[in-house]
Amino acid sequence: MRPERQSPPPREATTGELEAMDVPVKLPDPVPSPISRQSPSVGLSMSRSLRSVGDAPSITFAADIRSGTRAESNASSSFESFRRAGSRPGAVARLPSRRSASERAGSQRDLRDEDARFVYINDAARTNAPPAKFPDNAVRTTKYSILTFIPRNLYEQFHRVAYVYFLILAALNQVPQLGVFSPVASVLPLAFVLGVTAVKDAYEDWRRHRSDENENNRTASVFVNGVFQPKRWKEIQVGELVRVVANETLPCDMVLVATSDPTGVAYVQTINLDGESNLKTRYAKKETMSTPTEALAGLKNTAWAIGVAVYTGRDTKVMLNSSGAPSKRSRLETHMNRETIVLAVVLVLLCSLVSLLAGIWLHNHDDELGVIPFFRKKDFSDPNKVENYNWYGTGAQVVFTFMMAVIQFQVMIPIALFISMELVRVGQAYFMVQDKHLFDDKRQAKFQCRALNINEDLGQIKYVFSDKTGTLTENRMEFRCASVHGGDFSETDGGEEDGHAVTADGVVLRPKTAVKTDPKLMALLKDGTGAKADAAREFFLTLVTCNTIVPIIADDEADPAAKLVEYQGESPDEQALVYAAAAYGYTLVERTSGHTIVDVFGNRQRFDVLGLHDFDSDRKRMSVIIGCPDKTVKLFVKGADNSMLGIIDKTMNTDVVHATEKHLHSYSSLGLRTLVIGTRELSQAEFEEWQMAYDKASTALLGRGGLLRGVAADIERNLRFLGASGIEDKLQDGVPEAIEKLRQSGIKVWVLTGDKQETAISIGYSCKLLTREMTQIVINSNSMESCRKGIDDAIAVVNKLRSLSTDSPRVPLALIIDGNSLVYIFDTDQEDKFFPTSSAISLFTKFFINMKTSIFPGANDVSMIQMADVGIGISGQEGRQAVMASDFAMGQFRFLVPLLLVHGHWNYQRMGYMILYNFYRNATFVFVLFWYVLYTGFTLTTAITEWSSVLYSVIYTAVPTIIVAILDKDLGRRTLLKYPQLYGAGQREESYNLRLFIFIMTDSIWQSLTIFFIPYLAYRKSTIDGASLGDLWTLSVVILVNIHLAMDVIRWNWITHTAIWGSIIATLICVMIIDSIPILPGFWAIYKVMGTRLFWALLLAVIVVGMIPHFAAKAIREHFIPNDIQIAREMENSRDSGDALI
Amino acid sequence: MSNQAVGSSSGGSGDGDAPRRNSRKPKYSKFTQQELPACKPILTPKWVISVFLLVGIIFVPIGLVSLMASRKVVEIVDRYDDACVPDNMTDKLAYIQNSTIPKTCTRTLKVPKDMKSPIFVYYQLDNFYQNHRRYVKSRSDTQLRDANKANDTSTCDPEGMINGTAIVPCGLIAWSIFNDTYAFVHNSKNLTVDKKDISWKSDREHKFGSDVFPKNFQKGALIGGKALDPTIPLSQQEDLIVWMRTAALPTFRKLYGRILVDLKQNDTVTVTLENNYNTYSFGGKKKLVLSTSTWLGGKNDFLGLAYLTVGGLCFFLAFAFTLLYLIKPRKLGDSNYLSWNRSPAGR
Repeated sequence: MRPERQSPPPREATTGELEAMDVPVKLPDPVPSPISRQSPSVGLSMSRSLRSVGDAPSITFAADIRSGTRAESNASSSFESFRRAGSRPGAVARLPSRRSASERAGSQRDLRDEDARFVYINDAARTNAPPAKFPDNAVRTTKYSILTFIPRNLYEQFHRVAYVYFLILAALNQVPQLGVFSPVASVLPLAFVLGVTAVKDAYEDWRRHRSDENENNRTASVFVNGVFQPKRWKEIQVGELVRVVANETLPCDMVLVATSDPTGVAYVQTINLDGESNLKTRYAKKETMSTPTEALAGLKNTAWAIGVAVYTGRDTKVMLNSSGAPSKRSRLETHMNRETIVLAVVLVLLCSLVSLLAGIWLHNHDDELGVIPFFRKKDFSDPNKVENYNWYGTGAQVVFTFMMAVIQFQVMIPIALFISMELVRVGQAYFMVQDKHLFDDKRQAKFQCRALNINEDLGQIKYVFSDKTGTLTENRMEFRCASVHGGDFSETDGGEEDGHAVTADGVVLRPKTAVKTDPKLMALLKDGTGAKADAAREFFLTLVTCNTIVPIIADDEADPAAKLVEYQGESPDEQALVYAAAAYGYTLVERTSGHTIVDVFGNRQRFDVLGLHDFDSDRKRMSVIIGCPDKTVKLFVKGADNSMLGIIDKTMNTDVVHATEKHLHSYSSLGLRTLVIGTRELSQAEFEEWQMAYDKASTALLGRGGLLRGVAADIERNLRFLGASGIEDKLQDGVPEAIEKLRQSGIKVWVLTGDKQETAISIGYSCKLLTREMTQIVINSNSMESCRKGIDDAIAVVNKLRSLSTDSPRVPLALIIDGNSLVYIFDTDQEDKFFPTSSAISLFTKFFINMKTSIFPGANDVSMIQMADVGIGISGQEGRQAVMASDFAMGQFRFLVPLLLVHGHWNYQRMGYMILYNFYRNATFVFVLFWYVLYTGFTLTTAITEWSSVLYSVIYTAVPTIIVAILDKDLGRRTLLKYPQLYGAGQREESYNLRLFIFIMTDSIWQSLTIFFIPYLAYRKSTIDGASLGDLWTLSVVILVNIHLAMDVIRWNWITHTAIWGSIIATLICVMIIDSIPILPGFWAIYKVMGTRLFWALLLAVIVVGMIPHFAAKAIREHFIPNDIQIAREMENSRDSGDALI
Repeated sequence: MSNQAVGSSSGGSGDGDAPRRNSRKPKYSKFTQQELPACKPILTPKWVISVFLLVGIIFVPIGLVSLMASRKVVEIVDRYDDACVPDNMTDKLAYIQNSTIPKTCTRTLKVPKDMKSPIFVYYQLDNFYQNHRRYVKSRSDTQLRDANKANDTSTCDPEGMINGTAIVPCGLIAWSIFNDTYAFVHNSKNLTVDKKDISWKSDREHKFGSDVFPKNFQKGALIGGKALDPTIPLSQQEDLIVWMRTAALPTFRKLYGRILVDLKQNDTVTVTLENNYNTYSFGGKKKLVLSTSTWLGGKNDFLGLAYLTVGGLCFFLAFAFTLLYLIKPRKLGDSNYLSWNRSPAGR
């Protein structure tokens, strides 16, 4: 198409599965296929996705694109769904106008008409004409603007029920009859909390705004008036043609129209989308290719690509992807809500009691109220008319009393707790991120804390479900064994590490990764004759051609004369195979969409790629149709063994087949990933038949995927068995030790793998998931019946083992279950009638349903990570998609151990204590207020000044609990790692449970009684004034709750000291300041009362009497019913003193 | 919340390149690794017993001293509200509200023990809720302090204005000021009651203005209590200042004055009092109190007894814990007590 202005009567291409394009772009110049890397110095391009992703550096070749996920990569051929534009120059693409969630998830579906988007290529005005409303390409990730900040931020903050509660109370307080606090004092705590959060939000938003600005003002080359001109990103419109050169980032989602490669191939890197750094192939739409290449011939030397902007601004994939993971709630917080409700009930009870008593009092004094000095219902100021003053009848008075009581006692629900928890989590996250034990030196990957509200869940994990590949393993595949034509070649120990350099055009090309070779196989390839040698050659030919690997050539830093070949591709297995092939003399030198060039023992050969059937999970195999130099056409297939064994030529030599099967079995037992390789020569007729079917299928509008699968299945049959390969995916460092620790800590570890069962079990042993003592229960069922039987048998075995083992109720067990059986179990679980053995349900539901507080580290399974209570991403090779969906991300699986056993334990213990303490601390205060109310005619007077009431939970007592919750450690790292069983404390909820809650609330009542009644009894019938007594109570409460905290602090460092004692001093200072204001009734009271000895005597008495029960209970608990943590602390202390002596 | 955190906390892994390599590793410090030097106290038996003993040792003597001090205080309490109503008056309320009936009443007090000067004269009111919400709010501190703010009476209702002009001092508290008076005769000699310095100095100097004079006070239809001399500034109206320090509890004493004469045991003191104040309307009691004072204040055995009790309890606890520790000793930090060692599990 010649984009100039002949304005086209556009035609619509109805697209069945046209998906949003991900088009890719930047690529190495594919014309001469192995592209040289421009320079090792890396231009870091940051893409738009950055703001949500963090800085992901992309390497030179990276085209960071805003679109293109892995799921869609299968569909790169979708361009073909455009109808031929024929002679008409204009083209219209019909694309989904809005992306649905399912599309985002990568699934394809047919578009409905109203979802279609018409794009007139190079005619932005028309494309954007009404009714189409496409956003411009400006990206806004900010939530607020200056105008909307306050309303919007408040709106969001008030999503929390607690804040609404406090707001209602503050509003109620403004009613004159209910005014408990002065208007300022009543809104201060809420305003403080909202303000802190708002400042934080504003700062974050400002940072987003700045990065938006940077992005929006970058320039791209856009086709305007016949030339490509620089245009700012934010001005790009749908329908415009955009040119991107190598190493640039795509400004928006585009449909690829042309590239510098004559075949229209572009290679893109999607690191900013999913973090995958390998190159992906995208094809330009065939019918659009020729013209632009001509028109823009001048640009041929550069790697470039032209695309038409299709999705811009907020429609782009990156923006849609950046919505983030669903927010989760920690288990502790859920439990906390239960106790919050208990407190609310207590609050209502207190208020009802007060209003009831007030009603009785008013009733009893009904006839006196008019004149008694302290009530004076009647207003005589107008002598002619005596009215009631501020009196609405006893009933109304009772209601008012109730509401005033709620306002007065509102801190029973601790407002500061919510903000404290947030601060504490930030603090804990800081320490997790800073922990050098969670830093991955190899990958320079820091621990990432992406979710800030489930830190404490890390201390309560009961189940770990782990992906295998890339999580337990490095995801760095190594070719280890080959079985060729029934012969096993796995003796690589003797072989040298051979990169097998080849010379091309006078340049020495050396594969980046060297692979050890088996000398026998090497010899066979070089000099062998006979069927076996032929099979071996075809075997490697398959390895080197049947893949989507792109060779990339870069300078060799070690040897300037040589170049390094790096194989880039989506599958690490394919990379390993191609490297292996190179080591055995079959070096892939160049790949385009139409052919590959392979250096076979120094001899360059060109293989035409006539067709390619991608891997899919139904067929579990991939095949290519290759036109060989000798003019034969061959089908090369590689695939999973079970999918391949069914389609081999039955007439083949069964010895070979059996031998290969044996080898496959032994490879699996070693934990290797196996692939079976097969081939078939195609006759001309077969090829043509295939080609017709293929063309038809690939241009089908509907159900193209299924048709293509059908074509593939037709051709992939009667294969000649060439052999099998065994690839090792090495376990990451420390995985066996980590799994062993996790098992010791009482966590049930599940590993999910797509490997064969033998492979799975052998890996289970090698990563110490399985041990020899374990009784293995294997369930492989093909039917509901057998599945049920398997379960019954399993239960029988378990019961028998239980009865046999006398010493302990615990029997080491392992359950190995395959996917089909799981499906049956879940089916039956839903339908109880199929399941007579209810015990079976409990067994398995325990395993699978009771995932409460489970953890899911995984490298790539996004939905599982999101489903899990805690999702942990491994920021490894497979990319960042998992990381972006995760709650925490780390570099290595083994970091799970310090993360859970150390940080998780600490976080849980700290948070649990903090919540309990906050409940206790506020309840104590409320109870003190309540006791006093009983002596004021039930009128909700407080002796404590309103300012102290307001500041109590925000300033007087807030800092120490936050500091302690961030810094206190019940046990040291060494101890926690040495005794993984200590983790059980979190699993058993030892730091926060209803018993502890009741315990500490009892303490709270006792302490409030001592705080109130000791001064009360001492000052009864004295001249004490309200302000002085109030000050004494204020100081008593603050000192008492701080000492309570101090008594529970386990590790005292200088920060803790400062916080706790500093708070008490700060309180004293605040009280003094308040009492220095002459217009407050309590003026000078604190100075006066502090001058009396009685004050100090009472303060001491209150503190001692208040603390005795807590102290005694603690002494008894720690000595006579010690828990594991207590014992471990003592061990730690004696060890420390031991160390000191040495 | 969590979503927002994403942007700021994600560090990105990627393939780090040379220049940033060194900067990514968290810097080691004792703080970031949570290894600050710390003291880890443990409640060992030694500690527990020592703490209880220490508290006992401190509390018992303090208790004894306080109790002795309290016992040394000589206190004469005389309830006169009922006694001062003439026997023929059955309606006490009518009696007190009738200004034509003379309210003078004579009481004779016997001194139980020697009383050393200064002897404090208090009046004690029972069942008078000076801490009632309606009452404590009914005052204007700005008006008391500043002559220019005399009209600041919004908080004083229903005693804020009379006939449209502001009352100074306004509010229920001031209005209800106590107005019984006492005159003492001892050995046929008048005992002067020193009424100076009965209020807080800080109140006189800063809270009650020296240029604020009573105005329209007690002029309403309902007289609450004492009338104030409109020529004396509030800062010198010490009875008012004392009264306006509202009591914390419904039974309270207020200082009336001091008698600067020693009284001997079995002396009699005759009190001539004007029984003006109306506590009959709400069943309150009025008492006259003469009391000496010690370092701990007035008579109150509670503190001493409380200290003795707590001290005794602590000795008992120290003893009990010693016994418990002897009966059920446990070696500290013995790994055999760990739960998984107690019931050896064959994992």
